[in-house]
Amino acid sequence: MAVGLGLLLGLGLFTFIYAEGFSYFTTDPKACANCHIMNSEYDSWVKSSHHIVATCADCHLPHSLVPKLVAKTVNGYHHSKGFTFQDFHEPIMIKPHNSQILQEACLGCHGGLVHDMVAGSTTDANAVSCVHCHSSVGHGR
Amino acid sequence: MTAENPSTDGKTPPSRRPKIVLLVAIIGIVAVSTAVLAGLLVNIFQRKQEAKNPYLRFVDVTADTTDPAEWGKNWPRQYDGYLRTANPTHTKFGGGAPSEAMMPAEKSEKNPWLTRMFAGYAFAIDYRDRRGHAFMLTDQESTKRTKERKQPGSCLHCHASIIPLYRQTGAELAPTAPPAEQLQKGFEAIGKLDYWEANAKLEKSGHKHPVSCVDCHDPKSMQLRVTRPGFINGIKALKAKEGIADYDPNRDATRQEMRSFVCGQCHVEYYCGPKTTLFFPWMNGLKVEEIEATYDNFKFDDGHRFYDWKHAETGAEVLKAQHPEFEVWNQGTHGKAGVACADCHMPYMREGALKVSDHWVRSPLTNINRACQQCHHYPENEIVKRVETIQDRHFALLTRAGGALVDMLDAIKAAKEAGATEAQLMPVLEMQRKAQWRLDFVAAENSMGFHAPQELARILGESIDMSRQAQLAAVSLKATLALAPAAKPAATAN
Repeated sequence: MAVGLGLLLGLGLFTFIYAEGFSYFTTDPKACANCHIMNSEYDSWVKSSHHIVATCADCHLPHSLVPKLVAKTVNGYHHSKGFTFQDFHEPIMIKPHNSQILQEACLGCHGGLVHDMVAGSTTDANAVSCVHCHSSVGHGR
Repeated sequence: MTAENPSTDGKTPPSRRPKIVLLVAIIGIVAVSTAVLAGLLVNIFQRKQEAKNPYLRFVDVTADTTDPAEWGKNWPRQYDGYLRTANPTHTKFGGGAPSEAMMPAEKSEKNPWLTRMFAGYAFAIDYRDRRGHAFMLTDQESTKRTKERKQPGSCLHCHASIIPLYRQTGAELAPTAPPAEQLQKGFEAIGKLDYWEANAKLEKSGHKHPVSCVDCHDPKSMQLRVTRPGFINGIKALKAKEGIADYDPNRDATRQEMRSFVCGQCHVEYYCGPKTTLFFPWMNGLKVEEIEATYDNFKFDDGHRFYDWKHAETGAEVLKAQHPEFEVWNQGTHGKAGVACADCHMPYMREGALKVSDHWVRSPLTNINRACQQCHHYPENEIVKRVETIQDRHFALLTRAGGALVDMLDAIKAAKEAGATEAQLMPVLEMQRKAQWRLDFVAAENSMGFHAPQELARILGESIDMSRQAQLAAVSLKATLALAPAAKPAATAN
């Protein structure tokens, strides 16, 4: 039995390393393009205006610790499930909650500048979103 | 003690049983976990493989490989898309028959005035809606325009993968000339032949395919390139007018420009023969009146001013527009913004880990998500509505312009019947030429107004105005003629 458990552990560890599991504990944008599905997002981010100042995680994850870990866990689960079973909508569309995270990330840096435009309306269903107009600052697809 | 082991009737020692169950459960869990993990590992491996090699060259292709199936062995994804151009597609205003086996409807069903406009020309007997690229050659062979009328070999400039035949013929005619000259020579020689003679020659050469990979791609690097002499000469003349001497698109164009130029090899206005070699009339520019000026200033070898045919009802020397998509796109907002033909008609898509451009060339309306929503982030039905609003308005104006043209033709006919002389009719017939050229230019363009709505509306406005001017002139001519014979006998009586 010990042999069996050892085998399982070994196989698990190998799979984890082979799948570059440790890269997910970093904020390196390359980790987000581990699965080829993000290739065009990664490639276009490299050429975008924001690539000097912001990585994937800066815009797509909350900035405080606990919400960040929660978002990473939830999205990590959805992404692995989707990519393994290939059952996601194409082209990929952002979920409302993640869209909210993104908007807050924009305001994290630019909030002072656009305060008058978006004050009080970021949580509204019809709230104006920065990327509605500035769609290519982060990446294309 | 007995309180801990209440079962006393079993043969197995009661303390052993849960242990076996536990052991089996652990084995089961480990087995299932291992299987799931192995499955995951294989899946990850598969996904990693997808991200590797973009393509393998199984067969060698050259500038003489016109058979798309050969290229398809190396680039199956693009070839699959190319094959799909045989599928029928529909939009509100465009598209072929509901099934591949059926021919698309005659355009005159929707626009009855077309038959009047083309009186005396082959387009009056057969002029159908389009089908996909896959049918370009068979459709040309089956139309009454080639079956019942004599046509020149230059029609194949665009309907077949004909460049190798041009090169071969040119090499036979001028064995020592440089390749570009040989191409031009072959192009001129094949264009002069009768259509069916050229068609037979093409079949014999083994290059009888509709537009093929080699027409747009360099066989070594896969980069886009233009091959058709009509376009190469045409764009050179256009750039010369803009002040750029000796322009060579294959050397001087940007990658994004090439994504439109390859389409502009055929989706353009041109003169196809037989009175002179095929040419794109771009010497003065791409706008409708600039092209008109080129034609008005062009003299055939016999010294006669350029015209396509004599209108059967009025005798006017009129022009026939082909399908000036490239020219009209150039006047529109997408063209001005640098959006290429391929951006909307062959948008990028994902296959496995690869980003490929969709070689199923078709209306963006059948592929809105990839074609439009890349830039326009609005719901799909909103985009369709916006396009259809433009097209509905355009169709209404087009129909009105067609009506004005018919009224003009009626008035000219009536004036002729009343005894108007050729000299008297001259200014009217000149006006007919202008009005008809503009209307045909817009009607022949395949986008129902979308490629440049305002420009096309401007052209239709001019056409309507010119038709009515000609109608007015014809009506008053007839009125003066009606008065004149009445005055004559009165004069002799005196």
